[in-house]
Amino acid sequence: MTPSLALAVAGGVLIAAGTYLLLERSLMRILAGVMLAGNGVNLLFLVAAGPAGLGPIVGTPEDEISDPLPQAMVLTAIVISLATSAFLLAMSYRSFQLEGHDEVADDVEDAIVRRRAEADLSSEAYVELTPEEQPDTESGGRGERAGG
Amino acid sequence: MELSNLVPIPVLLPLLAAGITLALARHPAWQRVVSGTTLGIVAVLALILCLAADAQGPIVLWVGAWPEGLGIVLVADRLSSLLVLVSSIVTAIVVIFPSRRDIADSADGAPVSVFHPTFLVLTAGVANAFLAGDLFNLFVGFEMLLFSSYVLIMLGATKERVRAGSTYVVVSVISSTLFLLALALVYGATGTVSFAQLPERFAALDPGLQLTIQLLLLVVFGIKAAVFPLQAWLPDSYPTAPASVTAVFAGLLTKVGVYAIIRLQTLLFPESPLTELLLVVAILTLVLGILGALAQGEIKRLLSFTLVSHIGYMLLGVALGTEQGIAGAIFYIVHHILVQTALFIVVGLIERVGGSTSLARLGGLASVPLLAALYLVPALNLGGIPPFSGFLGKVALLDAALAVPSPLSIAAVVAGVATSVLTLIAVIRVWQRAFWQDRGEDDDRVHSLRVLPRIWVVAASALVGITVSLTVLAGPLSEFAQRASVDIEGGAYGVAVEEAMP
Repeated sequence: MTPSLALAVAGGVLIAAGTYLLLERSLMRILAGVMLAGNGVNLLFLVAAGPAGLGPIVGTPEDEISDPLPQAMVLTAIVISLATSAFLLAMSYRSFQLEGHDEVADDVEDAIVRRRAEADLSSEAYVELTPEEQPDTESGGRGERAGG
Repeated sequence: MELSNLVPIPVLLPLLAAGITLALARHPAWQRVVSGTTLGIVAVLALILCLAADAQGPIVLWVGAWPEGLGIVLVADRLSSLLVLVSSIVTAIVVIFPSRRDIADSADGAPVSVFHPTFLVLTAGVANAFLAGDLFNLFVGFEMLLFSSYVLIMLGATKERVRAGSTYVVVSVISSTLFLLALALVYGATGTVSFAQLPERFAALDPGLQLTIQLLLLVVFGIKAAVFPLQAWLPDSYPTAPASVTAVFAGLLTKVGVYAIIRLQTLLFPESPLTELLLVVAILTLVLGILGALAQGEIKRLLSFTLVSHIGYMLLGVALGTEQGIAGAIFYIVHHILVQTALFIVVGLIERVGGSTSLARLGGLASVPLLAALYLVPALNLGGIPPFSGFLGKVALLDAALAVPSPLSIAAVVAGVATSVLTLIAVIRVWQRAFWQDRGEDDDRVHSLRVLPRIWVVAASALVGITVSLTVLAGPLSEFAQRASVDIEGGAYGVAVEEAMP
């Protein structure tokens, strides 16, 4: 089997560009990256389908048709990537509605744990809790979060 | 009726019910009846499948009976039918919990009517992943369960959930893309995606290419199973979802990844166990996961970290590659699905009764003895206190590790024991802080189970009861796991699929 070099190279370029976009924080760019990488992978399925130029499944002798199975797989993959794009678009719009931008934020609890570590406090799970010192020294920013 | 016709039912029936519940969107009570009944029936059928697979070997169905193995094949061997059984029991119990308030939390106008249809599609996806007899159908199963999980994790689309969900969705989409890439490679290299044909054709490939494909698939499944260093998304995204959703995710979704790793390592690449690599990964997952748990001040996050950590135990069994190791891993999967789900459900109850899941705000819950018992029993079970199944599962795995004398497996045993102790410390901290410490003086909340619907308490007790009954059932279950593992090592899977080919 001699696969087409052009397809393989095009697939590789698309996946590389998609990977670059996936490293961004903005959901719209991630969406663009996912679509590029997805299409790149779909091209690789065509590479796997064998040499170009063979006939479709109907009306050609059996040994001259191109392999239909990868095409069935690509179709499934395309349908799934359509659904993924729709979902990511909706998610990005919702994020824009709520925050005014569509960037993926850091985890809140992570930030609390990190702040406690920087302030050299022991982990929240280990603090001996006495009621009078509870509000500020112990919450490690939790109060701030409840307020906001 | 042919027994093999039962195999697709765990996939089809929930899908059908998903349509019905969607039509019943305005009648939440009926929705619950439909999904509860459906999942109950699936559990019964799964039990029949499980017993049949045990009695007569893998049950195979070539869907549509296409000639020469062109079509989709579904296989219920001991391992997959056991996992379908456990997952349907768990989902049938968890589906009792969601109510408008639980799902919507603080989100007004949340579309709670989509919960049941989505949940049913999720269970269909999980069953499809377990029963799939080829890599592409496994991919489709993954996509079904992932898409439903996207919707479930963001129900109500509040600020917190969109933030947490974004991480989850992006990571999952990347792993799906990688999976597709691996599929293209596999098909290009071998011309098939069937589990039964692949081992032979892989063996004929160039060793470098074999290793590439194996590692690529390991990364894909490793993301799903949340093994180190691919675990960072899990504790960020799980805790913000509704309690019942988190419970099912924690119990089932990561185990689908572990299941896929077992199939990959035993069925597709039996000649390349990668023992050293997987043992190192397992040790790191165990230790780093549990150290993360110790630093948390929020119960759901703490449990998410223990979840990551305990995936290391299952990976340890798989890494050893011995019959004993695989059997231990299978036993541990069953134990962990049930216990982790039970714990998350109980934390949902704690949240409702105590008003929070943050350790700094909880206290005095010991005044509700039933709730205390419901937490303590699975917590001790997770930590591995005898006579619970957690202890038995860990002993089986560590025993298997000791049977393979190498410095790394000794290190794995040490890490396993240390993780067990640290898990105990983590869950007992919760016990001490949430149940025994004095509450703040301004907290005049009266703790009582009355705020909960009675059926919740009954269902949670039933789930905890099942986790306890694993102790009694441990004998038959571990023998079953042993037989499943012998099946796997003996290659019964491939033979059965070939024989059933139309």
